[in-house]
Amino acid sequence: MTTAWFILVAFMLTAYVVLDGFDIGAGVLHIVIARTDEERRTVLQAIGPVWDGNEVWLIAAGGTIFLAFPLLYASSFSGFYLPLMVLLWLLVGRGISIEFRAHLQSVIWTNFFDGVFSFSSGLLAIFYGAAFANVIRGVPLNSDHYFFEPLWTDFRVGPNPGILDWYTCLGALLALVSLSMHGALFLNLKTEGKLQSRARGMAIALWVAVVLFTIVETASTLLLRPELQTNYLHHPAWFMIPIIVVSGLILVIYFLAKNRDAAALCASGAFLAAMVVGAAVGLYPTVLPASGNPQYSLTIYDAAASPESLRLGLYWWFPGIAIAITYFVFVYRMFRGKASESVSAENQRAPI
Amino acid sequence: MEHQILLSRIHFAFTIMFHYIFPQLTMGLALLIVVLKTRAVLRDDERYHQSARFWARIFAVNFVMGVVTGIPMEFQFGTNWASFSQLTGGIIGHPVSMEGVFSFFLESAFLGLFLYGEKRLSKWGHWATAVAVFAGTWLSGYFIVMADAWMQHPVAYVRLADGSFAPSSFWGVILNPWGLLQYMHTMSGAVITASFVMTGLGAFYLLSHKHDEHARIFVRIGVVAGLVASMFQVFPSGDEHGRYLAHHQPVTAAAMEGLFQTKKGAPMVLIGQPNPENETIQNPLAFKGMLSFLVYGTFSAEVDGLDAFPKDQWPDNIPLVFFSYHIMVGLGTIFVAVMIVCAYLLWRRKLFEHRWPLWALLLCVPFPYIANMAGWVTAEAGRQPWIIYGLMRTSQGFSRMVSTGDTWFTLLGFMGLYGLLSILFLFLVQEIINEGPGFHDEGGKIGSVSYPEQGA
Repeated sequence: MTTAWFILVAFMLTAYVVLDGFDIGAGVLHIVIARTDEERRTVLQAIGPVWDGNEVWLIAAGGTIFLAFPLLYASSFSGFYLPLMVLLWLLVGRGISIEFRAHLQSVIWTNFFDGVFSFSSGLLAIFYGAAFANVIRGVPLNSDHYFFEPLWTDFRVGPNPGILDWYTCLGALLALVSLSMHGALFLNLKTEGKLQSRARGMAIALWVAVVLFTIVETASTLLLRPELQTNYLHHPAWFMIPIIVVSGLILVIYFLAKNRDAAALCASGAFLAAMVVGAAVGLYPTVLPASGNPQYSLTIYDAAASPESLRLGLYWWFPGIAIAITYFVFVYRMFRGKASESVSAENQRAPI
Repeated sequence: MEHQILLSRIHFAFTIMFHYIFPQLTMGLALLIVVLKTRAVLRDDERYHQSARFWARIFAVNFVMGVVTGIPMEFQFGTNWASFSQLTGGIIGHPVSMEGVFSFFLESAFLGLFLYGEKRLSKWGHWATAVAVFAGTWLSGYFIVMADAWMQHPVAYVRLADGSFAPSSFWGVILNPWGLLQYMHTMSGAVITASFVMTGLGAFYLLSHKHDEHARIFVRIGVVAGLVASMFQVFPSGDEHGRYLAHHQPVTAAAMEGLFQTKKGAPMVLIGQPNPENETIQNPLAFKGMLSFLVYGTFSAEVDGLDAFPKDQWPDNIPLVFFSYHIMVGLGTIFVAVMIVCAYLLWRRKLFEHRWPLWALLLCVPFPYIANMAGWVTAEAGRQPWIIYGLMRTSQGFSRMVSTGDTWFTLLGFMGLYGLLSILFLFLVQEIINEGPGFHDEGGKIGSVSYPEQGA
């Protein structure tokens, strides 16, 4: 049952990365590829009806970790105190900029929020990548499974690492380019004209960077944490995940070439999902490895709530998530198609 | 360590109080928008449609403020209260994560449709999205109140060998009787805020001779809803909740009333300043026997004062508990009075003939916010020194790995960020109010972003 909750949390985080990933990516590219006010409104219209729902996956995942793995929630959230708080501030700034921008027709107002939107989206991608890499690299856990990590120490991967070292910076850059590519593919699907062709060009350029960073990141992960291979070697069926990573990347460029924009976005979603799942498979049953004494590593068994609590949770989790997925299907169907640039004057300041 | 505990409490108090400015309006407003929407659809009345769209804009801005300031709350249990989270996740995690799964998904999905989808949906379809948003906000309130209720009144738990808590009954946690009372009180408080905001803005327009027709709709609906909610808030909701509290947290009740000594025929202090040093109330204005009556139904019953309890179980800030409680009750009483007078004038068709009741409604706008905040301060400061009442002290709950410097850093960061947000928010709301209802929705075009029509 503990494993079941590990899978559920991994599922929620994967859903978060894939779904919020494209609107974060769109945010990164917002000021780069959308140049006129109309184009920028189009970007915001494309993500407007869905970004909030996408972000709920993060909140729901946070709540689920609290429920299922209280010690992981307590240890990691207090240990990653500083970056997590900055991350929250970025989420605040990003949410506000998406929603507030459209309400006033003032160049200062809209430009300000365009800047906040792109800045916070970019830093969020970087923080997520660094956080993810921290979990893979390990943190300085003590015998109670607690830790506190400074933002940086000497930028080296040692027993007393900081949030940022060369390895996590690499992870941060990988996240930045892959989420940006994901966002570019989303905009390529949802927009038309010049904006679309810029998004398309950007997606191709970023694809090259994603391939490079994925290779370097995977190689350094295997170098630093060879034990992540254990689960794969014991159960070779899991090797389908790295295969999905590779084929996802190849399919992105293949579908782009064929002008199958939706398929290209799905391929990049599969790539991101496989990256997250691949790390989860490698870590299992550890959820937070120790950078020092391996005995201090936090496993799902250390962190789990009582079996009774986990059992009760399963009863409502499945119906709850089934309903949530229904909403998503409904909303995405409702707002399918291109987010058009031809916004009539009356609608310029429509809600949101 | 004392410093760190206090700082962590201030950290939480600041972020949650700033957060709660917004949900208390959106939860109440969601209901009133459903009322507006229902009348609009039933009567096919464009003025009601415009009113609903206008309040949807106010709602949207407040909602996003609530969302972005609410996300930090979801994480702050872990960041600043790690020891507490580690022990209680198995119980509180249920309502907290259910809030995400059952209500945040619902809200976010249908708010998008409600705000963007009027043109693509049928009339009743769009009405249904408003109802779904309303249901989402009220569910959200339910779950988070249930999480708090378990800290106030822990039920249906077993304590495991490692000190952590596990549920003995899921429904016991989700239907905590304390929580049900607290939920009714909270939601009715939210409706009061929304009603006063709606009437206040209607009064503002009427006094400045703008948007008269819409403004009368705002005032009429706001006064009716405000009358019902503010009366319900005092009786039965406040009365029941207070009595339940007096039985289960008698020491908190004593601090709220400023009753230092156990007494037969205990007085109810209307005004006064508690002095915790010599355990008296200074300058009291009191009703003899009234407190005994309220708690036990007779004027002569003995009510436990603070002296009936060991001092290490007293709330650590008695004046704060006393004042916040008295502010809540005092304002609540004023709300009933204002709403009764305005409802009477409305019934006699005189409300719009005089300027003074409109001025009163306008000036009342800030006070429901203050009353709601004061109510929460009463509950949470009154719960001290416990983080889980009777089971775990607040001093045992904070994050031991986080230093005072880190906490100061993030507290100041939140203050700066929220200060900036407040300015932008007020500026934007002022602009929306300036534009007024019907500003850019001739023919119902608002809320319809230009997606191609084949979508629906």
